[in-house]
Amino acid sequence: MTTLRQKHRRETARTLAFLSPWLIGVSVFFLYPLVSTVYFSFMKYDGFTPPTWTGLRNWQYVFTDYPFFWPALRNTLWLVVVMVTLRVLFGLGIGLLITKVKTGAGFFRTAFYLPYLAPPVAATMAFAFLLNPGTGPVNNILGSIGLPQPGWFNDPSWSKPALTMLALWGIGDLMVIFMASLLDVPQEQYEAASLDGAGAWQRFRFVTLPNISPIVLFAVVTGVIQTMQYYTQPLIAGKVASGVIGGAGQQFEPGYPEKSTLTLPQLVYHLGFQRFDTGGASVIALVLFALAMVFTGFLMRSMTERSAA
Amino acid sequence: MRSFTRAVIGTAAVALLATACTGTSSTPQADDDATKDVNLTFWHGWSAPSEAAAIDGEVKAFEAKHPNIHVKVVGNINDDKIKQALRAGGANAPDVVSSFTTDNVGTFCASNVFSDLKPFLDKSGIDLDKTFPKPLQDYTQFQGKRCTLPLLNDAYGLYYNKTAFKAAGIAAPPKTLSEFDAVAKNLTKVKGDSYSQLGFMPNFHGYESTTTHFAALWNPTYFTPDGKSNLAKDPAFASMLKWQKSLVGQLGGFAKLEKYRATFGDEFGAKNPFHTGQVAMTMDGEWRLGMAREAGVKFDIGVAPFPVPDDQADSYGKGYLSGTVIGIAGTSQKQNAAWELVKFMTTDTDAVVSFANAIHNVPSTLDALKSPKLTADLKPFIGIAQHSKSSTTPASPNGGAYQLTLQDFGYAHEAGKVTDLAAGLAKTDEQIDKDLVQAK
Repeated sequence: MTTLRQKHRRETARTLAFLSPWLIGVSVFFLYPLVSTVYFSFMKYDGFTPPTWTGLRNWQYVFTDYPFFWPALRNTLWLVVVMVTLRVLFGLGIGLLITKVKTGAGFFRTAFYLPYLAPPVAATMAFAFLLNPGTGPVNNILGSIGLPQPGWFNDPSWSKPALTMLALWGIGDLMVIFMASLLDVPQEQYEAASLDGAGAWQRFRFVTLPNISPIVLFAVVTGVIQTMQYYTQPLIAGKVASGVIGGAGQQFEPGYPEKSTLTLPQLVYHLGFQRFDTGGASVIALVLFALAMVFTGFLMRSMTERSAA
Repeated sequence: MRSFTRAVIGTAAVALLATACTGTSSTPQADDDATKDVNLTFWHGWSAPSEAAAIDGEVKAFEAKHPNIHVKVVGNINDDKIKQALRAGGANAPDVVSSFTTDNVGTFCASNVFSDLKPFLDKSGIDLDKTFPKPLQDYTQFQGKRCTLPLLNDAYGLYYNKTAFKAAGIAAPPKTLSEFDAVAKNLTKVKGDSYSQLGFMPNFHGYESTTTHFAALWNPTYFTPDGKSNLAKDPAFASMLKWQKSLVGQLGGFAKLEKYRATFGDEFGAKNPFHTGQVAMTMDGEWRLGMAREAGVKFDIGVAPFPVPDDQADSYGKGYLSGTVIGIAGTSQKQNAAWELVKFMTTDTDAVVSFANAIHNVPSTLDALKSPKLTADLKPFIGIAQHSKSSTTPASPNGGAYQLTLQDFGYAHEAGKVTDLAAGLAKTDEQIDKDLVQAK
């Protein structure tokens, strides 16, 4: 009996030893931050003095009294729906085109992939200068051919479309993934579909799409998560467009223009690191976490159901 | 059930661990011996080579007077870095810290991130009233707790293009806002649906033409004695907003001005619209003259106090004041040695004057303001800094959040989105009060 128990303990210890790298990683980098974020969301904590219990005050403040929360949530959801969808469609479209190109495919692959390598800050600054409503070359060209000249990053109704254009410009990551998956689709399935009289759209709908659907799911899920964490580009675009990029000691206006580029991660930083309100920042971090879980769960479930059907 | 109990216990344990791991600060006893050999770390925000050289010169002068204290200087530090470093503490954390963001003094003092300087001031026998101008004393303390001291001062005035003035036949800078409005219109040259020259950019996004800088011309009271926002009750704010919106209308309207503003270069770059001649007048701090010269501006530049409301013409000469602050990190174990550096940089007249001359800032002590060694460029701003009606924005526990809220309301008002100004200001008061409750 004792021997059996000892053997069981040894096996458990061995299993735990093998699992320990993962257990330690998950505990330190996921569970501990998650639990402490939940804990701080109910606390008044400025990072200097000991935390004190405040119940639901932080939650109430964020949802009802913090003027930046709802605009930031709306912007984040807009970007998740519009930017992620367009990025997936554009990445797939470019991938399809490049796999069909017979000559110069290497050039096009490089040309579409290179922008993805540009550092986000530099790329955003370049876009802000190109799209400057008064002096930028884009509006000069639009004006010279008699087209309307939008305010881009200076206009609240154009700032998010401008950010989406920036995201589409850096489509290289998705393009490469889609190209790899498209080249992986068995050619005999296309041949069989053609013999059955399928046209180009039907071949895409009934052969290509089912084969690459796991990759589409991957692109959408990672796109949603990345967009939930969207921070650098809207921040830099707002700063450059407002012209306040070098002023030390100035009150920086979050989300210029008119809160249209505010995203939830900016609020986490704004509350947590600029206002010393760790509690409020934790609430927003948890909202982000919940949104990411809901979006991902919904997408995975709908894709699984579609595959099963 | 057992697994549920385990999960609850585990969660509680992690939560307790989380509590135990939170950084908390307690001000160390100031019992270090400042006469012994000691190394200090001093963080500041200046980054331009000339500014960094100036501060290095100050530190060398200090070390010459205190050979036992060695100072490691770290520049280009912003407030976010300061907050994180002081939260974390540790051996590499700074002992002395300066910040450009006067608005953060409330946060620094309320959270004990900076040490209370009163015991040090008492020890050194420094009488604040005899050392610093009143507004500078105000913006370096919060609710009676003095955790910082002024390290140079910023005063805001009117810069004008003398060449443009001459061409328009304007002999002298305006002194009242009605004169100013007339001059701004006179200097404005329309070109197509834009401008070849704008007299003044009144929009609140026009860099230093902010709500708080304009409001200082009316000497407003931001908070009631019990700490509530006072925007709706103090007529200063409504007067300021009405004047600004009227000027926006006189110069072509909000949309046209915004479109023109989009053509401006960065505020702190060579293409600042005043440097390029896009605007003929601007509100700015004392640093602008040096920046304009470095940018190679061709026209003659005039400097004067910003015009005042017509019914307060006798207060001409006043302006908005702000400045850099310096304090001792609450986590420092070398408080007495750190105080020696703070005391030298903020109260030694020669040190303050040479630093002010070097970086084109207004000196921050009463003695330094009278010094004959000050450069002539600073003269108009020294007058503004010493004017009895010059004012600043008060410290608040959540930094400059209330200023951002007011500025946000200003954006809506100038764009014509506010139909009832009084009700809008009352609502802005409510928002500021809610933010203050959250910060307390």
